[in-house]
Amino acid sequence: MRVALFKGGIHPPDKKNLSADKPITVTSSPERVFIPLSQHLGAPCKAIVTPGQEVKKGELIGEPSGFVSAPVHSSVSGKVIAIAEFLNAMGRMVTSVIIENNGKEEWATLKDTPDFDSLSPEELKEKIKSAGIVGMGGAAFPTIVKLSPPKEKPIDTVILNGAECEPYLTADYRLMLEHPGEIIGGLRILMKIFGVDRGYIGIEDNKPEAIRKMTEILEEKDTIKICSLPVKYPQGAEKMLIKSVTGREIPPRALPMDVKVVVQNVGTARAVFEAVRYGKPLIERVVSVTGEGIRNPLNLYAKIGTLISHLIEQCGGLKENALKVISGGPMMGFALSSLDVPVTKGTSGIVVMSEMEIIHAADFGPCIRCGRCIEICPMGLMPSMLSIYAEKGFYEGAKEYNLFDCFECGSCAFVCPSRRPMVQLIRLAKSMVKP
Amino acid sequence: MKNEKHGLIVSVSPHIKSEETTSRIMWSVSAALFPAVLMGAYYFGPGAVIAVLLSIFSAVGAEYIYLKALKKKVVVSDGSAFLTGLLLGLNLPPSVPFYIPVIGSLVAVIITKQLFGGLGYNIFNPALIGRAFLLVSFPRLMTVWSEPSAAFVHLDARTTATPLGILKEEGITKLIEVFGDKWNLYSQLLIGSRGGCIGETSVVALLIGAAFLMYKQYISWHIPFSFLGTAAIIAWIFGGQGSLFSGDPLLHLMSGGMILGAFFMATDYVTSPSVKTGQILFGIGCGFLTMLIRLKGGYPEGVMFAILIMNCFSPLIDRGFKAKVFGAVKKQ
Repeated sequence: MRVALFKGGIHPPDKKNLSADKPITVTSSPERVFIPLSQHLGAPCKAIVTPGQEVKKGELIGEPSGFVSAPVHSSVSGKVIAIAEFLNAMGRMVTSVIIENNGKEEWATLKDTPDFDSLSPEELKEKIKSAGIVGMGGAAFPTIVKLSPPKEKPIDTVILNGAECEPYLTADYRLMLEHPGEIIGGLRILMKIFGVDRGYIGIEDNKPEAIRKMTEILEEKDTIKICSLPVKYPQGAEKMLIKSVTGREIPPRALPMDVKVVVQNVGTARAVFEAVRYGKPLIERVVSVTGEGIRNPLNLYAKIGTLISHLIEQCGGLKENALKVISGGPMMGFALSSLDVPVTKGTSGIVVMSEMEIIHAADFGPCIRCGRCIEICPMGLMPSMLSIYAEKGFYEGAKEYNLFDCFECGSCAFVCPSRRPMVQLIRLAKSMVKP
Repeated sequence: MKNEKHGLIVSVSPHIKSEETTSRIMWSVSAALFPAVLMGAYYFGPGAVIAVLLSIFSAVGAEYIYLKALKKKVVVSDGSAFLTGLLLGLNLPPSVPFYIPVIGSLVAVIITKQLFGGLGYNIFNPALIGRAFLLVSFPRLMTVWSEPSAAFVHLDARTTATPLGILKEEGITKLIEVFGDKWNLYSQLLIGSRGGCIGETSVVALLIGAAFLMYKQYISWHIPFSFLGTAAIIAWIFGGQGSLFSGDPLLHLMSGGMILGAFFMATDYVTSPSVKTGQILFGIGCGFLTMLIRLKGGYPEGVMFAILIMNCFSPLIDRGFKAKVFGAVKKQ
């Protein structure tokens, strides 16, 4: 189907061939898991287990304590050995439940519901909520919140995000190849919840196999359509994806529901399907472990709470020249300060960069006003001016240039010939003024 | 920041960058001017080459000494001072005495660029301010044009007038008479066998460089095409003698510093607008002012002043042409 295009965007080398052909493999069972009770924005969960307690796989261990919150379940069967502060991927200490794995993989909750078609939207939502499902594209926003828009904001379209526009990452790609039926099943459930018959799956056209697989299993005259999107970063950003698929633009500071759209990642859709059909909470996810600095790049099926170091070991370890390990993709991911941090529900990939690819931004130059960043900014901002204002400490001035409309996709920093740390400067300005 | 245990680097996203750098752009622009330097050397001999080299050396030297003296980081390798010197050199008459390029470069690099805050913060194109300073300070020396003598052998170069000078003083009929016929005039302008600044005469050499820069996407069509288009239209409408619509746009485009200015000077990142739509307005302004000076002003050539005047408006133009924020609705 035809798609609209958003303005701007960049074409970084995608490097997906490192791991694109590696089927999803199950990670060897870790001895211990470290499950953070706070895995995203919003209120942290309250631990409902105590040290010494035996838990089963899928058993509830953390209860949500606010609206923007999702329950947390044990990803292994075993014994809780501590509830303690533990480092997370973003470098913060968060309360985590540490469980010793007994290796028995005993499930607590699995219950097949083959006739899930007869469930009401409310029952479906309840299942999704109690499974602790969050957006699996990276931000890990609780899915139930997106599924509960206020009455005056009707939804007419559900879009699944299979763009996976970040370089290197192939987790969503492998899922689309290996589990297309479950993804479509998840989308149908989401569409049923909103009572809509318009569903789209947006996939960048550098993944023709995924497009073919997904198209094959659709029925003839299906109301679900596959959108082949031109490759352009940040195609997978919510606003850009909605624009490309529906032609609608989300106004500044508004949400997808303001243009009657809900977007979910393909991985989330699969989790929704598994929760509704089998009652399986979100305790595992696909993580691409890739990059030039890792010996054997793989797509791993990993339990939430598994340490990143365990995944890296599974992939043959770091190469000699490994210098930077990123949680997420290279455009928007976080550089890790330690490898002993757990996989969370939002960990889409681990990218190990080698010496060759690292660019030291320590001595960046002045802005030469070449205008490249203005041309490629998908939000239509003037990143050059934002960076100059921030650099000189005129944070209020940056607001006149729509500082808070920047979602930090990093495209400006990618193209800047003076190697200016654009995102860093913009974040600095954001932290110094009120919106 | 290095982590002791794993030796990992921690930094803010994004973690990858394109290979483009400021210095690569600057050196590429300098390389794109090489054909013009060659043609200048061919037609105007060793004196011209020395003038260009002196200009480059003093520009780079001035930047180095200034940065050293103020204990700032020395960044001459970024190629911007080299480019400024090169452009100034190409904008000089072929037979200037040695102190002319030196003074011009000092004005360009120290006053126009460094005193305004260095690369990225200068309001005016440094090479053009250098040239403007020389033109008003040494009006006679800056308007002596040697005849293109096609070789290093004719050391007793005679002086001549530029095509624009003849056009201004004596009219189109005389100009055609000097060059034989109209087609000869065009072809001489195209290859550069005419009086003028060292690097501005050979249109074909300049266009080769410009094509390279456009192919590399270091410059876009917006400024040069709107600049040249506007100038051509005005030349066509008002450039004739007596009646409207009888001017010769081709003659105006190929003479003077129009091609050098439109592709290499007006496109300077720092002093032109950053927003593409704004660049079109900037180009139109340059074309309009150039032709205004050529047709009505006291100087035969107006490219330099036109670009310098439009430089003042660049920040304002950028403000006025701020892009529409994604999803924003236009104010009623």
